Amino acid sequence: MRVALFATCIADQIFPHVAVSTVKLLRHLGVKVEFPEAQSCCGQPAYNAGYHQESREIALHHIKLFTGYDYVILPSGSCGAMVKHYPDLFVEQPENYAKARHLAERTFEVTTFIHQVLGREDIGADLEGLNITYHDSCHALRLMHVSEAPRALLKAAGANILEAEGHDTCCGFGGLFSVKMAEISSAMAKAKFQGIKDSKAQILSSTDAGCLMQLEGSLRRSGEKIEVRHVVDLLWQGVEAKSQMQEV
Amino acid sequence: MEITSHRFKDNAAKALDDAILQIALKRATKAFTSRRKTAVEALDNFEDLRHYCARVKAHTLDYLDHYLEQLVAQIETLGGKVHFAADAAEANAIVTQLCQEKGVKTVAKSKSMVSEEILLNDALEAAGVKPIETDLGEYILQIDHDYPSHIIGPAIHKTKEQITALFHEKLGTPADADIPTLTAAARKTLRQAFLEADMGITGVNFAVAETGTLVMVENEGNIRFCNSYPPIHLAIMGLEKLVPRLRDLSAFLTLLPRSATGQKSSSYVSMITGPKRPEDLQGPQELHVLIIDNGRSQVLADPRLRAALRCIRCGACLNSCPVYQQVGGHAYGWVYSGPIGAILDPGLLGLAGTKHLPSASSLCGACGEVCPVKIPIPELLLEHRKRAVERDLTPKAESLMIGAFAFLAKRPGLWDMGTKAARFGAQFLTDDGFLRGAYLPVLGQWLKERDFPAPAKRSFKEIWRDKLKEGS
Repeated sequence: MRVALFATCIADQIFPHVAVSTVKLLRHLGVKVEFPEAQSCCGQPAYNAGYHQESREIALHHIKLFTGYDYVILPSGSCGAMVKHYPDLFVEQPENYAKARHLAERTFEVTTFIHQVLGREDIGADLEGLNITYHDSCHALRLMHVSEAPRALLKAAGANILEAEGHDTCCGFGGLFSVKMAEISSAMAKAKFQGIKDSKAQILSSTDAGCLMQLEGSLRRSGEKIEVRHVVDLLWQGVEAKSQMQEV
Repeated sequence: MEITSHRFKDNAAKALDDAILQIALKRATKAFTSRRKTAVEALDNFEDLRHYCARVKAHTLDYLDHYLEQLVAQIETLGGKVHFAADAAEANAIVTQLCQEKGVKTVAKSKSMVSEEILLNDALEAAGVKPIETDLGEYILQIDHDYPSHIIGPAIHKTKEQITALFHEKLGTPADADIPTLTAAARKTLRQAFLEADMGITGVNFAVAETGTLVMVENEGNIRFCNSYPPIHLAIMGLEKLVPRLRDLSAFLTLLPRSATGQKSSSYVSMITGPKRPEDLQGPQELHVLIIDNGRSQVLADPRLRAALRCIRCGACLNSCPVYQQVGGHAYGWVYSGPIGAILDPGLLGLAGTKHLPSASSLCGACGEVCPVKIPIPELLLEHRKRAVERDLTPKAESLMIGAFAFLAKRPGLWDMGTKAARFGAQFLTDDGFLRGAYLPVLGQWLKERDFPAPAKRSFKEIWRDKLKEGS
């Protein structure tokens, strides 16, 4: 099984630890992970802003790059959803359409890959007693159908999932939307605070670094103290904790 | 009402600063969404019904010419009169002329978004006819010279407290009147209006081609008054309001109230099949039906946008939209607001003046999820954005930025150099792991109300080459 990591530009540039945790977690589960180094951004900012020609070129670059892999794994639902959009860009180019579709079918968000493809729930992680509230990023939830997997993995590691009111409401990030309509975007983030606070969780987690960046940036500016962590970081932390315990 | 869609951003900023509006919006959208959720979850075949309704509407639109002919023939056979209007001016001319011919001085009017669209009340008043809005929400707006901000809850932008004050001023109710007192005061005025009206004007929720039946869904009973008591009934509808058969209605009448107000059924459903027949005890002597195009046939002719005409005006996409929840309907600058407005308004009014609306979305997809006729709203938002780019309606700076970004994204060597330079530069703007630099282009917008994490010193790619690659 050849598995490629699509690290996403946001993890590559801002949150490299998320991509590191993804690699380590997958290796811990016996998956040989490769990282095609010519990768950059999935092209979503261009696509969502309406620039199809530009996003088509970026898509083609990645379609070629990921040829030959059985699975392409992302620590993100949103960038994964963009890969799922790739075929839409090639409706007039049958050959590329077929390739784009082939790639889209093999593309998975990381927790869903672990849960559905590897069929693992207990990954040998210890997060016993941690109170976590999980934010469903819109694209993960609605375009990649990621909802059960991250919760199941966290729960199997002993964490408590405390559902916040509005856990499936948009955080307001939306890529370029967050700067094109900055005031609305900020207001959308703030609208989620009460639910998060009422959940009494210590940690806010999600599978999309973009949403976490939006929520953390907004919570931090408002002086709210809640730890914000990518789900893969938490899971890897749990694996390390368990292996340390076993060594002792 | 002046169209202000081109000023969406200013409108939205004003809405965000309006503390009372914020209270009203949160109250209303929260109640609507939670009731809808309960009502929809109580159905075990919601998805099947959605699928059915979507298919029926799509089919009707594909064969609209056929079904319109059938509808017109049926209504005329029943003794009704059908009028067609290409645009707002023509529609208003038809109505005012009809009023003049029939000596109509007062009109009792029920809520109709298409009448708001054509500014019918202004036209009636200019022609010396007095229109009285009989829907409670619309009545509130009429006495306050305001306009609707929501398809089914036209006055949801007002709080109970504001309405109490308004009624105190306009109708002389006590300053601390409770809701029953307020509705009783409105009822008293409106009851008189029904009795005096020379004509009742209503909208139409569904027009059944097979039988010529006009269907109206409501809770207050005012539509029933408007379509039964005055001697003339004028029903106004957009040309997309058709369903082929009477038996199609049951699915729509199951989904519409549940999607709109979270009710299993609305309190009243009127089904008007022709004017009063000799054997009928009551009913209007004359039935007129005004079918309005006003930009719809352009949308119909556009294969990508046609799905927007499936809309049955339930308002569920507005209530579920996190952008609408923040800015409300007036920000969109026209009668149709929220996600459906953001895809329909550019179709009806043209994209040039409405180009901000499709961008007023994080593309979260909540709208598409709740739509009872499965309009692919997020996809149509993207379609409008794509057209805005093709028609050069986007800012020059944006297209240059995206162009440069795409140029780098497919050239790994340059991408690495560029991102490395950006990370290097960012070091000088970093405090405690977060950026300062509110004056930066693009990022400055973010930093007004949020912190932004500093880029990593070393990218994942660098870490991979150094530490992780060998381990594979």
